[in-house]
Amino acid sequence: MASVDYERHDYDVLVIGAGGAGMRAAIESLEQGCRTALVCKSLFGKAHTVMAEGGMAAALGNVWPEDNWQVHFRDTMRGGKMLNNWRMAQLHAQEAPDRVLELEAWGALFDRTPDGRILQRDFGGHRYARLAHVGDRTGLELIRTTQQRAVGLGIDVYMELKIVRLLKNDSGEVIGAVGFYRDKGNFVVFSAKSIVLATGGVGKSWKFTSNSWESTGDGHALALWAGADAIEMECVQFHPTGMIWPTSARGLLVTEGVRGDGGVLKNSEGERFMFNYISPYFKDETAETIEEGDKWYEDKVNYRRPPELLPRDEVARAINSEVKAGRGSPHGGVFLDIASRRSPEYIKRRLPSMYHQFKQLADVDITAVPMEIGPTCHYIMGGIRVDADTEETAVAGLFAAGEVAGGMHGANRLGGNSLSDLLVFGRRAGLAAAERAKASSVETTLSEAQIKEVIDHATSFFANEGGENPYDLHHELQETMQNLVGIIRTESELIEAKEKLAELGERAKKVTATGGREFNPGWHLALDLESMLAVANCTTLSAIERKESRGGHTRDDYPKADPELEKVNMVSRYREGNYSVTPEPKPEMPPELMALIELSEGEGKSAPAKEESK
Amino acid sequence: MSAVSTGELLMKLWRGDASGGDFVEYRLPAQEGEVVLDVVHRIQATEAPDLAVRWNCKAGKCGSCSAEINGQPRLMCMTRMSTLPIDEPITISPMRTFPVIRDLVTDVSYNYEVAKLIPSFTPGPRPAEGYRMFQVDVERGQEFRKCIECFLCQNVCHVIRDHEENKAHYAGPRFLARLAELEMHPLDTLDRRAYIAERMGLGYCNITKCCTEVCPEGIHITDNAIIPLKERVVDQRYDPVAWLGRKIRGRPRPMTPADVEPYTGAAAKAARAGQAEAS
Repeated sequence: MASVDYERHDYDVLVIGAGGAGMRAAIESLEQGCRTALVCKSLFGKAHTVMAEGGMAAALGNVWPEDNWQVHFRDTMRGGKMLNNWRMAQLHAQEAPDRVLELEAWGALFDRTPDGRILQRDFGGHRYARLAHVGDRTGLELIRTTQQRAVGLGIDVYMELKIVRLLKNDSGEVIGAVGFYRDKGNFVVFSAKSIVLATGGVGKSWKFTSNSWESTGDGHALALWAGADAIEMECVQFHPTGMIWPTSARGLLVTEGVRGDGGVLKNSEGERFMFNYISPYFKDETAETIEEGDKWYEDKVNYRRPPELLPRDEVARAINSEVKAGRGSPHGGVFLDIASRRSPEYIKRRLPSMYHQFKQLADVDITAVPMEIGPTCHYIMGGIRVDADTEETAVAGLFAAGEVAGGMHGANRLGGNSLSDLLVFGRRAGLAAAERAKASSVETTLSEAQIKEVIDHATSFFANEGGENPYDLHHELQETMQNLVGIIRTESELIEAKEKLAELGERAKKVTATGGREFNPGWHLALDLESMLAVANCTTLSAIERKESRGGHTRDDYPKADPELEKVNMVSRYREGNYSVTPEPKPEMPPELMALIELSEGEGKSAPAKEESK
Repeated sequence: MSAVSTGELLMKLWRGDASGGDFVEYRLPAQEGEVVLDVVHRIQATEAPDLAVRWNCKAGKCGSCSAEINGQPRLMCMTRMSTLPIDEPITISPMRTFPVIRDLVTDVSYNYEVAKLIPSFTPGPRPAEGYRMFQVDVERGQEFRKCIECFLCQNVCHVIRDHEENKAHYAGPRFLARLAELEMHPLDTLDRRAYIAERMGLGYCNITKCCTEVCPEGIHITDNAIIPLKERVVDQRYDPVAWLGRKIRGRPRPMTPADVEPYTGAAAKAARAGQAEAS
């Protein structure tokens, strides 16, 4: 066999992805005494986690002593339309406070209450003010704190490295990975007893997205190709308030904090339309009139919250309906107005980065004019199926945590629950991966033939003479997903998308990379397209299969939730070159937890007495 | 709302690698509401698919797309085309202080090496009821924690921009601000002052404020971080009030080599034993 040049490393635990989940996993693994490598596709500390603004949900009870994990669990399950893996939602609610306090002990500087504790803010879908935060740059604080902790511990970090494939042994355990340094273009092979995927999201398959170029679903694809299952890939969250104009600010998310601090949604006629879209499910805890809603900002005990603070899928659907009804803004969205409701000083103090970003990026002064916003692809609830306690996938030795993992958020994620998700399950994945590595006597000798096959495949795009430009194909994929598998879906369009994806899949094999291997974005995109297509296929097939509307998945032809489909996971798999989706029974919640939920979606039960109406 | 007038843009992008390179011209139609990075992406998606440029968030939050635009160190994602004289050619070149890898991408590993030398946050024991800090006390440190690590301050700092040899013993403004943040952290107990003066090269900074001027986050690096840090280091030796304060509050723990050697200390060595044989 011809020898192939590559750099070689051996570790106990390999963590792929260095956002919040990956960093937390790597820290845990190292602290468990394992030789640990942390790999990231960008520079260290640039991960998409930095974009999270609002905060980190945890029932610390600093602002509302009534808050506890049970209420947080209930909010999470209800927000997720009961499709969540109940055990993950439980662990998350129980452990999030410890993870926040741990960050504080590592140097994070959260905003404070008057008596010096961590301040918590209100957010859509959370019954109590629950989000620990730092102004509107909480994600950056999380990244820096874990980054500095990781550096302090001396973790080996491999930057600007893309993993192309995972490698398995004959018993089906993962034992390694092949990738390349994006800057130099040289290949790297890792062997490891455990591998943690923490690669984040998938937004780059859609045209309008808040996600960075990195969010191409690499971890989803790597796991599927290795034989793992993905669930609920149809459940994609479109953030209701992404900037749609001007171009320079398109995809930029406007934090829910704008609405928490008084911002309201208006259509082209100037009407506060959200009052027309209060579903029976949330009727009892939502203000009925503008007067009542406005009083809530000052007196949260005696008044109910305004409908602008409903969970984001409710808000996104309302905006979509307004636009469809012809009451949209000039560029196809609606207006978010805080300028006419709060003083410039108040807005600048409460939302400094928002103010700063809009002024500098788009020359829009949010203290003076309303923002033009619309639904933007933001987050995927679905992901790789994992064991709730250990985050191990169906493939032995392969773990997944953070956005790449599925189950925690059900059909819809509450704002603030992702940062805590990263830390709770990042830590658990790192712990379980380390324990496996310590207990395992698996031989991590990699097959040279497999390695060569991966490297040959990765470099094949340079040999595709006269093929298409990968950027053109990417645009086509994004148009397809945006138009046919976007926020509102229907059978005929999904079928059309499925056929189009099959065609794009064939063409993607033949795209051409021009130039050399040194920092060549065109080549990187050719490889990223494989991951994006894997995600697009699973999302489309799952969306066809889930014939109901639930959370982030809205079917025009099945507008109601189907109680039977609440009981199933849509499981995506990759076998012999094909993606398929099968409905399978979901783990059943124990009765003592079910009792915490109060009201399940799809049933017309009246809400319980509002003994603590806030 | 701003609008770039329609017409043609003439972009001159530096292209090349460590062995050399030059500006390459690209002509393309102007479009409304774009930032420089939007234009670079259009060139990449059409004429030059292999054009190397770093970027991530395109929202001024990750600090990846630093470059020199018409000679000014800026984030490409935060520079609106409408703020540039677009009837003239617009030049974009990589940051000068760091070695070029390819086109607009530079090797910024110097910064990551300095980060490893920063003595970690070292809190005192956690009280049973949890740590308490007050907003007014955390705000000083919060200013520096806004840093997105774009390294533009490092890029313009003349101590290293024109003196490669100083990189070996100078941390640069980004990391002096990080050290100031640690020194101001209400819970931190470590005394890094001698180390800051001797190993981090605080004395090299002669407060020309170039770093502050280019900071996209508007952090007052010189006034709020470096100058107080200089005062603090001097106070350690000469200030009687600081001496009295230490008498009353107790002395912070002096640094030991273990505080700065996670990469060479015994624990790290043990954890890393037996790995990374190159093949």
